[in-house]
Amino acid sequence: MAITGFLTDSTLCIGCKACEVACKEWNDVPSDGFVFSGLSYDNTVALGHSTWRHVKFVEREPLIGHGGNSGAQVTWEFSSDVCKHCENAGCLEACPTGSIVRTEFGGVYVQPDVCNGCGYCVVTCPFGVIDRRPEDGRAFKCTFCYDRQKFGEQPACAKACPTGSILFGDLEAMQHAADARIAKLHGDGMSDAKLYDARDTSVGGTHAMFIIRGDERAYNLPRNPEVPTAHLRAAWTSAAIAAGAIALGSFVAFALTERGRPARSRRASRSSTGRRPGRPATADETSALRGGK
Amino acid sequence: MKVPTASSEAQLEQLRRQAEINGRVNRAGIRPSGSPFPQATSENGYYGLPLLKPPVWTWEIPTYFFVGGMGGAAAVIGAMARISGADPKLVRDARWAAAVAANVSTPLLIADLGRPSRFLNMLRILKPQSPMSVGAWIVAAFGGASTAAIIFPRRLADVFAFTSAALGLGMSTYTGVLLGATAIPAWSEHKRVLPIHFGASAVASAASTLELMGNDEKALHYLALGAAAVETVMVAPRHPLIRLGGILSGPVPLALRLIRGRSSRVRRAAALISLAGSLITRFAWVAAGKESARLSFSPARGGEGAAGG
Repeated sequence: MAITGFLTDSTLCIGCKACEVACKEWNDVPSDGFVFSGLSYDNTVALGHSTWRHVKFVEREPLIGHGGNSGAQVTWEFSSDVCKHCENAGCLEACPTGSIVRTEFGGVYVQPDVCNGCGYCVVTCPFGVIDRRPEDGRAFKCTFCYDRQKFGEQPACAKACPTGSILFGDLEAMQHAADARIAKLHGDGMSDAKLYDARDTSVGGTHAMFIIRGDERAYNLPRNPEVPTAHLRAAWTSAAIAAGAIALGSFVAFALTERGRPARSRRASRSSTGRRPGRPATADETSALRGGK
Repeated sequence: MKVPTASSEAQLEQLRRQAEINGRVNRAGIRPSGSPFPQATSENGYYGLPLLKPPVWTWEIPTYFFVGGMGGAAAVIGAMARISGADPKLVRDARWAAAVAANVSTPLLIADLGRPSRFLNMLRILKPQSPMSVGAWIVAAFGGASTAAIIFPRRLADVFAFTSAALGLGMSTYTGVLLGATAIPAWSEHKRVLPIHFGASAVASAASTLELMGNDEKALHYLALGAAAVETVMVAPRHPLIRLGGILSGPVPLALRLIRGRSSRVRRAAALISLAGSLITRFAWVAAGKESARLSFSPARGGEGAAGG
């Protein structure tokens, strides 16, 4: 089975949101309500449990020249965001049930019949993609249209894209297409065009790549995403140190205070009071203990 | 799982054609003169919207951090008390504290699941690279061992109690790894601190609980003293609740025990304060994680943004 990938080219996107609609329709993703965000034309706002494609309207300072405008108006870039399907996926590594798996197409897929909604994937996704759907209880995100890919079809979003902004195909072919496209854009004078695929980070590359302009942070893409498993060694080392200190500390505390001290008579009498274990001492007993000290 | 059909594909085709005709945003963005105008920038990210999703965990999880940590450390203390030949009442109380804590922890964890009926899926696999998976197994095994330690008689009880003590070391520290190995900046930046912090907090709350159960052993006092000292020097993000929890777990009980530690009444007061501090601390760290995610318009790495830090 071929390893596949998305190449989303923001220089070709017209902001029609057909990808959002196609995704919702095909995957039967429930409505997530309408909020007027006041942020450009983007009322979808972010990817989430019920938004698996999200068109960002990146409104910036006027940019004069190629790809810019007269200077009186703002510059707009549209970019359709999606789960990155990381090579080293934080959610997949963190999932304790084995619900999140790597498919034969290289995508990261949440098996809805296994997920028990523990929520750990939510805090281990460095891109803030996956989320738990409150009314359902399970975690959801882009499936990479695993069902469609099984039948040799491309994902619904790619199929519905009218401008070729969302390309889908063999991962290596997509990487070559990206390189060629960026060379073309640079040649045309759009010198700030670049590929975002997190290849040089601990994420190790993504199966959903993006051609963007300028700073990735304006697209809400992290500059140095990090797969949380990178923290494991340091954290477990600390835990081991802590565990050792607790064991040693409590051993020493008792060894120093209890050594060579025979059980005193009041102890013997205390254990023979017939007090059931676990029940808090009564005031009488407590004061008796205190008095005996 | 759906199967693509001729009609489903025709529908997508139609959507594409319609988008091509109607979907274009033809209007140029207009800068309203003199009015604030949200922009996507390097500093502001995408209109200052959070990059990360906040933790979905509710009160059950921090409560579990507190209860489970206390139970784990109590099991360790119980085992050490047993080895050193301390008062059997202390040994018995510690075992009960561990068992009760374990049996409160499990329902708390199940209640927090989005699909509680599927809690057994946690034990479908063991995944060493997932602190949640490792933790689920520790909780399950600790629950079994610590419960068995209060059910079975003498020798068997000892075997289970020592097993639960070994697992208790994990119980009281793994939760720090659970938070540290995430994408939430306020947590991952403290990945080295959290396991030690939570471990110290667990020891303090276990020793305090046992003191309040009427055990006057000096060892408990020294353990609580040591834990309070560790808590006093702990590095933590600037967050008001973490501050409060830190003061109540660190300097206050430390001072009380150092200055008036001879009085058992003062020791009990210190124990109560430590318990409150430990509980507040766990809630504070979860709250700090939520805030950190909300402020995460760009991750706090390489001098970008400021989240929780």
